[in-house]
Amino acid sequence: MIIALVFIMILFQILTSGILLKPMNITNLILQNSYVLILSVGMLLAIITGNIDLSVGSVVAFVGALAAVMMVTLKVPVPIAVMISLLVGLGAGAFQGLFIAYFKIPPFIVTLAGMLLFRGLTMVVLKGQTLAPFPESFQLIAAGYFPGQDVKIAGLNVVAIIVGIILSVIFIIFELNKRRNMAKFGFELLPISFEISKWFITVCAINALTIGLAAYNGIPLVLVLLVVIIIVYTFITQKTIAGRHIYALGGNVKAARLSGVKTKKIMFWVYANVGLLAAVAGLVVAGRLNAATPKAGNMFELDAIAACFIGGASASGGIGTVIGAIVGGLVMGILNNGMSIMGVSVDWQQVIKGIVLLGAVCFDVYTKNKTGSK
Amino acid sequence: MATIHLEMRNITKAFPGMKALDSVNLTVNNQEIHAIVGENGAGKSTLMKVLSGVHPHGTFEGEIIFNGNVCSFANIKDSEKLGIVIIHQELALIPFLSIAENIFLGNERAVNGVINWNKSIVEANKLLDKVGLKDNSTTLVENIGVGKQQLVEIAKALSKEAKLLILDEPTAALNDDESNKLLSLLLELKKKGITSILISHKLNEIEKIADAITIIRDGRVIDNLHKSTDIIDEERIIKSMVGREITDLYPARSPQLGDEIFRVENWTVFHPEHADTIAIDNINFNVKKGEVVGFAGLMGAGRTEIAMSLFGKSWGKKHSGKIYKEGKQILLNSVSDAIENKIAYVTEDRKSYGLILINNIMKNLTLASLRFFSRINIINKNQEVLTSGEYLTKLNIKCSGLKQKVEDLSGGNQQKVVLGKWIMADPDILILDEPTRGIDVGAKFEIYTIINDLVKKGKSVIMISSEMPELLGMCDRIYIIAEGCIAGELTAKKASQESIMKCIITHSRKRGI
Repeated sequence: MIIALVFIMILFQILTSGILLKPMNITNLILQNSYVLILSVGMLLAIITGNIDLSVGSVVAFVGALAAVMMVTLKVPVPIAVMISLLVGLGAGAFQGLFIAYFKIPPFIVTLAGMLLFRGLTMVVLKGQTLAPFPESFQLIAAGYFPGQDVKIAGLNVVAIIVGIILSVIFIIFELNKRRNMAKFGFELLPISFEISKWFITVCAINALTIGLAAYNGIPLVLVLLVVIIIVYTFITQKTIAGRHIYALGGNVKAARLSGVKTKKIMFWVYANVGLLAAVAGLVVAGRLNAATPKAGNMFELDAIAACFIGGASASGGIGTVIGAIVGGLVMGILNNGMSIMGVSVDWQQVIKGIVLLGAVCFDVYTKNKTGSK
Repeated sequence: MATIHLEMRNITKAFPGMKALDSVNLTVNNQEIHAIVGENGAGKSTLMKVLSGVHPHGTFEGEIIFNGNVCSFANIKDSEKLGIVIIHQELALIPFLSIAENIFLGNERAVNGVINWNKSIVEANKLLDKVGLKDNSTTLVENIGVGKQQLVEIAKALSKEAKLLILDEPTAALNDDESNKLLSLLLELKKKGITSILISHKLNEIEKIADAITIIRDGRVIDNLHKSTDIIDEERIIKSMVGREITDLYPARSPQLGDEIFRVENWTVFHPEHADTIAIDNINFNVKKGEVVGFAGLMGAGRTEIAMSLFGKSWGKKHSGKIYKEGKQILLNSVSDAIENKIAYVTEDRKSYGLILINNIMKNLTLASLRFFSRINIINKNQEVLTSGEYLTKLNIKCSGLKQKVEDLSGGNQQKVVLGKWIMADPDILILDEPTRGIDVGAKFEIYTIINDLVKKGKSVIMISSEMPELLGMCDRIYIIAEGCIAGELTAKKASQESIMKCIITHSRKRGI
């Protein structure tokens, strides 16, 4: 899947005659797609359980609207308003999770109802109007940059370069640690030359990104938020009992239940979590637009679902990774961005995105069948 | 002398690794009720599947002669065209459709695809009249009981102009009254010229209505009895059904029984869907340390249901009764309660209830024991790999490695993965439900050895099995389960296939039909 992403990047780099990977556009890509990526992380967990969540777009709008009412109309301090907004998102997710897990209503129906309900509530809260502008400190979340923006050497932001180097060092320490641990258990290790080339590629990628960002305004704050979310959820899904239980439930709910997995509890928290991440995305969207509108987040759920499936998640559940969903989201984002730069009209963009989604999933299913039959 | 209606000659049907039928001959005369009896897995159902075209012509050897013509059915439709209709044990009715709609499903009274409802209803009423069902033909099937549903199935068969009706355990889910009605309907249909083949475990029913009996065991016909010439003798039937020598090998073990570790008192459970039906009726049993206790019984006797209801109330509703472990009462409200109390249940249906097929061997092995490899809920993957690797060797699981998906493993190796998962959870009491179903002899022996190793370490095993030689070869004590009750208890010394079968049959007799 990463190969597909690299392929698409190179393709559009050529087609847009180099505009795609210009420093300004890299930053733009991140700002434009951050909220869809955040949503797809939440959506991925729902998809691993074998279901989807149709309500995230509406929750995005609803949380944005509430935040606007609190900050713009009621002048609530920003940190408090953010906390309340996140809790409301969690509550919206928990509300749906309650019906799904404990009343056994199919998630498709519950979240379809949620989609209507929260969209409606958004309009009620906003009275059909757009609310703006947000306090400046809030706008920073979505549009701000890491401090030290003005410290530049040869046109490059020093902070971004340093962050890149620090991340590279942390990454290598982590990998070495992992290797040492495996050696302690007496496992067979991959040849060191292979590992070093892997580390080299990763370090290059990290630094290419930070240098690209440094050449413009530095590291966007929303990227920091996104990276934290990716790390936390990768950790949860890959390293914790709860994560393992989500995959087991999606793979075979009956077998999981008979193995002591608390299936209801898991379903509840998965959907509550989708709500929480939708709230995060809702705040980012509101901050970026610097306004709350009744139409915000429209159809976001479909972008998030598409990202997960392009990223290799299985519609029947039990398969999918956070990184996959992020890569899938980036593929869609680069397609959007690249085609816009090329001047492809919006109608044809939709057609091409549809074909890419279909093609990606076909490819996935086909290769899986092939490996399954051997 | 009656004319021959159906003749099946030298039918041999092999599945990979086993012969299900071995030159079976079956002759059914016109207008008779012909019973086929045999143990679970004897080959009765396979024979009927051959006859009805589920196993198409060419996938078996031998020939079928129906009304004097040699037949080669490619599918069920072909056999139905000639009037051979099979009614399966699991009824194939659609609950949300009406009786009339069900009767004509796939066989609609229609012109150019447009259904003539008036005609359907009139004809359905006539058919209902024939089978003696008084309900309105527009009633939804979900609103009538199982007994009446069985009659609808027969009406459906009649609508296809059935000449030969095959009924697979038709009275298994019926109460006595309904059973009697059904049996007299068969006698009545016989008078009207319809021949029936009846597969049943209930010998008293067979004695009552069958004209001829064929006894099958291990894919061969063992005995034929005709009411006109032979005395229908229960002892003889039982002996023919089970009279196999125990030729399978069971690893030797010298039992060392300790104190009682597990006791169940007055355990009663209601059916999850039919809220008024008592499915498990006042069960009492106990297990000692280091003991292998068997649960014998026919299919549908309630053995799996008993095990699952005890295992964290995974089956049934309105559980009542007491469970004791090492003398102390324990409450098992969920599977995790059961696991914490060191009780494990290895399911009979490994694909649906035992394994996450799309996951690899390691993730399946450790699913019930993740807490052993984690601190503050974070899994130590290295420890996980190490321990699962040990189980791979210990259980001799043949695979390419821990990362292989379990769906690519053979049945025997899949079974070992499920077993390994629960041994890893370190239970004191391990309930094994059909632990050797569908696996080859070599793997069976390995699993028996694993069981013996466990009890040697002081663990206790409850073994549910439909293979009586297996129970007799492995268990120290056997409880016989019939119709959700414990029908009897036999020690290893006293137990034999005959005594177990007799116990089951006297039990259903006591309940009276």
